[in-house]
Amino acid sequence: MIEHTHPSVLADSKARVQFGRRMLVLRRGSMAVRLEWRSIIVCLAVAGAIVVLVVLALMTGSYPLSPAQVISALAGGETSLIHDIVVEWRLPRVAAAVVFGAALGVSGAIFQSLLRNPLADPGIIGFSQGAYTGALIVILLVNGSYLQLVAGALVGGVATAVAVYVLAYRRGAQGFRMIVVGIGISAMLGSLNTWLILKADLDQALAAAAWGAGSLNGVSWDQVVIGGACIVVLVPLAASLSRPMRQMELGDDSAAAQGVRVAPIRLALIVVAVALTATVTAASGPIAFISLVAPQIGRRLARTAGITLAPAAFIGALLCLLADYIAQHAAPTPLPVGIITVILGGGYLGWLLFVEGRRRL
Amino acid sequence: MSMHTTRLQADSATFGYDKRVISERLSVAIPDESLTMIVGPNACGKSTLLRGLSRLLKPTAGQVILDGADINSFATREVARRVGLLPQSSIAPEGITVADLVARGRYPHQSFMRQWTVEDERAVARAMEQTAITDLSARLVDELSGGQRQRVWVAMALAQHTGILLLDEPTTFLDITHQIELLELFTDLHQVGRTVVAVLHDLNHAARYGTHLIAMKGGKVVAEGAPEQVVTAELVEEVFGLRCLVVPDPVAGTPQVVPLGRERGGDTGRVHL
Repeated sequence: MIEHTHPSVLADSKARVQFGRRMLVLRRGSMAVRLEWRSIIVCLAVAGAIVVLVVLALMTGSYPLSPAQVISALAGGETSLIHDIVVEWRLPRVAAAVVFGAALGVSGAIFQSLLRNPLADPGIIGFSQGAYTGALIVILLVNGSYLQLVAGALVGGVATAVAVYVLAYRRGAQGFRMIVVGIGISAMLGSLNTWLILKADLDQALAAAAWGAGSLNGVSWDQVVIGGACIVVLVPLAASLSRPMRQMELGDDSAAAQGVRVAPIRLALIVVAVALTATVTAASGPIAFISLVAPQIGRRLARTAGITLAPAAFIGALLCLLADYIAQHAAPTPLPVGIITVILGGGYLGWLLFVEGRRRL
Repeated sequence: MSMHTTRLQADSATFGYDKRVISERLSVAIPDESLTMIVGPNACGKSTLLRGLSRLLKPTAGQVILDGADINSFATREVARRVGLLPQSSIAPEGITVADLVARGRYPHQSFMRQWTVEDERAVARAMEQTAITDLSARLVDELSGGQRQRVWVAMALAQHTGILLLDEPTTFLDITHQIELLELFTDLHQVGRTVVAVLHDLNHAARYGTHLIAMKGGKVVAEGAPEQVVTAELVEEVFGLRCLVVPDPVAGTPQVVPLGRERGGDTGRVHL
């Protein structure tokens, strides 16, 4: 029979819900949290891999170091030369790879959840092409400094994202409309970018291409600290929005009926996701594909329902670190990290299409 | 006309999308603890009315009143604790299990640090029990049949544990057995004191299981009341343009609609082939 009227009337205390997944339930005082064990284990394992790769990256270079030297240098116990190599030269780049990779993973996860599309990332609402347009305009028309280039890219990217959001707005911004408008605007900006490069002279075109590839080569502590500070604010913000975000995966009407204020939450999520990508773009140029790939790899490893932020963040950090390590040390000449992520991402996309295609047959 | 008490009603509310008006100055009250069925032809404003009653759609004029106050004066979460809605189209995230999806219905009762209380767990277990999906709880929603999946969605709405539950065409796409099971579940819920409102396409089901019927056409309420008062041959012809005979249901005695069809002189005058 059915009991009702008030939740506390539900007397059956032996009720145990089988989720089909091992859950960690923490109930203490007014706190009651449910986490999936598999997600916890995946995140811890990936974090372990990140630590190993960080030490490896700090050891590797034209002046090879042992793990012990790296660790004692980090603890502040080495000669000033080794300390400089580890902490001043190599660590900013490694820290940037970890922090920026995590930011890109979270940014992509938000877009894929919002648009319910595994191929979504901030690029889909025109951010990447817009940022490139902004950078090109600064390089070609103003012949500006690096800082002006960054400003141009941010203005271009954010303005494009806003334009797509506004153009797609009709009774609230709907995912599908944003994708369609975003593809249209991106295509237009893409041809504008090609035209701008054709008009440029060789030096300008090279400078534009160097920025457009996305690189951690010139990253200094300043950039890491400023970018990191932004990301440290934005990621908890994203986490606080993750509950309504996952509810919105059930459809706008379902989410609204369960008490989610769909329109403002969606706008907030888009702002956070674009801000995360913009922060990384400002520091390193566009690093492609991590925001696309990390959420999907995270979802498959952790076997979560829909997209979750934490696995995407850890996988993003690991991927960016790995791509930068390969770019710096495995290639015959050091490459921009963006090139490696494009290769990794392209391979992943091909694999995804292959697997999905086979499943459909 | 009604002497029922009502927690939820539209008071000369106008609903529409952009500039297109669907319902103008609509007044309708949902009797408390009833099993109210809303019937009418396609595009008559049934779904729009449910969206309005659950605050998914704001009236452009007039108001919707919940527990004596304008529904827009409540916090969004508070509305979701009092009125539940199962929309026509919901999306199951890839790789979600049954219990996980049902647990999503607890959202309005949860917060960042309170995501899975003992009460949440009990409500989810109970909702799965009521819809007979406990055995499926660990299964992936993607792998279920249409009937099972629909019961999962109903369970999610039940887990929300609202006094008023609105369902938009909950029996569509189900085979006859699952339709009847679901309608009997709604009867159980209404008998223990919940108010259930469902948009149904099948007039006979509506008349048999509903305690209160609302017939709509062209955005207006044409008739409301007990099934015996509402389901008459005249009304069916007026609302649906269908000539028919109304006979008592041999089992329940409720009115049953039997279409006359063309060969019995029931040509509606609309179709000439």
